[in-house]
Amino acid sequence: MIELEHVCRDFDGFRAVDDVSLTIRRGEFCVLIGPSGCGKSTTLRMINRLIEHTAGRIRIDGKEIRSFPAEVLRRRMGYVIQSGGLFPHWTVERNIATVPALLGWPRAKIRDRVTELMELLQLDPERFRHAYPHRLSGGQQQRVGVARALAADPDVLLMDEPFGALDPITRGTLQAELARIQRGTGKTVVFVTHDMDEALKLATQVVVMEQGRLVQAASPQELLAAPASDFVREFVGSEEPGLKLLAVETVAGRVREGAAASGDPLPRTATLRRALSEMISRHTDRLPVADDDGRVVGAVHLADLVRR
Amino acid sequence: MAGREGAAEITTGPAGRRAPLLLLALAAIALPSLAFVTEAPNRLLSGRPVGFATALGLTGASPGVGFALTLLPLFALLAWPQKVVVRWAGILGAGLAAAALAWVAGRTAEALAAGAAVSARTSLGSGFWLTLAALLLLAADAAQRLRLAPLAALGAALLALGPLGALLASGALGELSILKEFVNQQDVFAAALLRHGVIVAGALAPTLVLGVPLGLAAWRWQTLRRTVFPVLNIVQTIPSIALFGLLMAPLSGLARRLPGLADWGISGIGLAPAIIALVLYSLLPIVRNTVEGLRGVPESVRDAARGMGMTPTQVFWHVDVPLALPVFLSGVRITAVQAVGLAAVSALIGAGGLGAIMFQGLFANALDLVLLGAVPVILLAVAVDLVFRLLVALAARETA
Repeated sequence: MIELEHVCRDFDGFRAVDDVSLTIRRGEFCVLIGPSGCGKSTTLRMINRLIEHTAGRIRIDGKEIRSFPAEVLRRRMGYVIQSGGLFPHWTVERNIATVPALLGWPRAKIRDRVTELMELLQLDPERFRHAYPHRLSGGQQQRVGVARALAADPDVLLMDEPFGALDPITRGTLQAELARIQRGTGKTVVFVTHDMDEALKLATQVVVMEQGRLVQAASPQELLAAPASDFVREFVGSEEPGLKLLAVETVAGRVREGAAASGDPLPRTATLRRALSEMISRHTDRLPVADDDGRVVGAVHLADLVRR
Repeated sequence: MAGREGAAEITTGPAGRRAPLLLLALAAIALPSLAFVTEAPNRLLSGRPVGFATALGLTGASPGVGFALTLLPLFALLAWPQKVVVRWAGILGAGLAAAALAWVAGRTAEALAAGAAVSARTSLGSGFWLTLAALLLLAADAAQRLRLAPLAALGAALLALGPLGALLASGALGELSILKEFVNQQDVFAAALLRHGVIVAGALAPTLVLGVPLGLAAWRWQTLRRTVFPVLNIVQTIPSIALFGLLMAPLSGLARRLPGLADWGISGIGLAPAIIALVLYSLLPIVRNTVEGLRGVPESVRDAARGMGMTPTQVFWHVDVPLALPVFLSGVRITAVQAVGLAAVSALIGAGGLGAIMFQGLFANALDLVLLGAVPVILLAVAVDLVFRLLVALAARETA
């Protein structure tokens, strides 16, 4: 659990972060969002002390972060930045092994861990283990960046616009994989972006910031249903708020168990928005729903999508 | 790699043929019209020119045929300038042609010596030198167009200079005046070569000891950078002879005041002012490349390293040093090559080295002696350059 209490950061008289209080629970996917210069990156970088806060308190699992040496704290947290920041003179393997090597893991353990992570991130270990970063595509480099952050199995993952420089298709794939990994490992993720669609897709808690202040911290559904101010409403996007709402919920919660419908089933993890889209294109008002193993468990009706 | 070769093909249009054509034309004009060798009764008198045709006649006709054959691959460079194999053949062809040329000169010298006094000298003429220069430039041009990796460049240098070197080692050129000078001066030459190395190494070591910390400091503190570079740039613009002169007065003054210094060999002339001047010149490339190398390390990589939990010392050794190394080493390369050349000039203030042989020849009007000093300086500079290029490429291999 990460707690920020009345945290401020001053740069030569300019207050970049102003009195931010925030609780990020264990296993939560917290997305910090706001326009450029709103203090979201500064807030993230204060958590691993790349930037020191000038007022307030930051605690991790109840302990003040300043009670640890900065390097020890950082080795306990994964860190991913935009455009990788991979070490260009090190192979993929050595990049991923950075933190375990700093922690002095035995070589065999490091090698196994690298293989495991490359498989998790769907990078062929045979092909890429000894490759240098400049041989990889942007998406592959970012996969290595995520693997490197996960290497020493930290509880917390700090990600500063990690997918900002990728093309939309690669970004979508990596978002889905990050969500899968986060669900599978139960890591606490703090994620900075300026892309609201990305925030709504990934977050369990969205934190909207403006001019160094925290404007609203809420679940995606809440944020869409009850924006705290005109700024938030505008930032979320005033167009098609209903479709955005459908996009942040999966069909799993609206399935009529045991009901039948014809056609290819939707996975339970599909968004309501996708369900609506399928209904429109298939000219039907009900779709079968399958569980994770592909077995049909029920159906979802058009009326279920508009229900509160 | 494939992409770079592709780019090279595009630029090799008619312009790619112009340089080889020009060089071959130069050789074709210089060889028959200028003196191939000169024949003199002794080393101080200027000689009688002997043309290439006469020289060939003295050696028998068959080498001429051989020479024409070795030239053929060079003409292929004009016909298919973009073919990789042809370029390699061109490099070897130029090397063989250079050796053939030297062989003809050596045989001519032997033939002329047979009927002359012991003091008679056969020197290489302008026709020989121009043709040799054209051939080596042709090889260099072909090598450059191949965009060779440093190790392959080393191979190309061996192809171009190897035949000539083998011929030199075989003793077939022993009757030529320049080699007679070499034999006469062998001990002096070895001492001068060693001394040249001492001057260069003696300048490089303090330059690194001073320059690297200065570069690190200038990287950290911008205010220092703003004063260091103008000063070093001004030093760099002072002509070397003037700097040697400028150092003579204060150093000899110092040596008079503090007799202890003179015992250490520090005085207005000799090794001390030479090394001080060389260090002053060498500081700019070292400091500049240290700073530029470190400034070239992407901030995002440094940020990631800190964020991973590296200590500042670990960031420096694991990230800054290896990423700045190629640029730093090219600074050392520039410095070393420059020092080899400047060390030759420092003979003027009594520092010794190959320059001493060169100036001795100049003052005695003995051209072969000048060449005996100058040619090794050039070879040394080329060799140092190649070695450091190899090191830079090794350091940069991983980051490419």
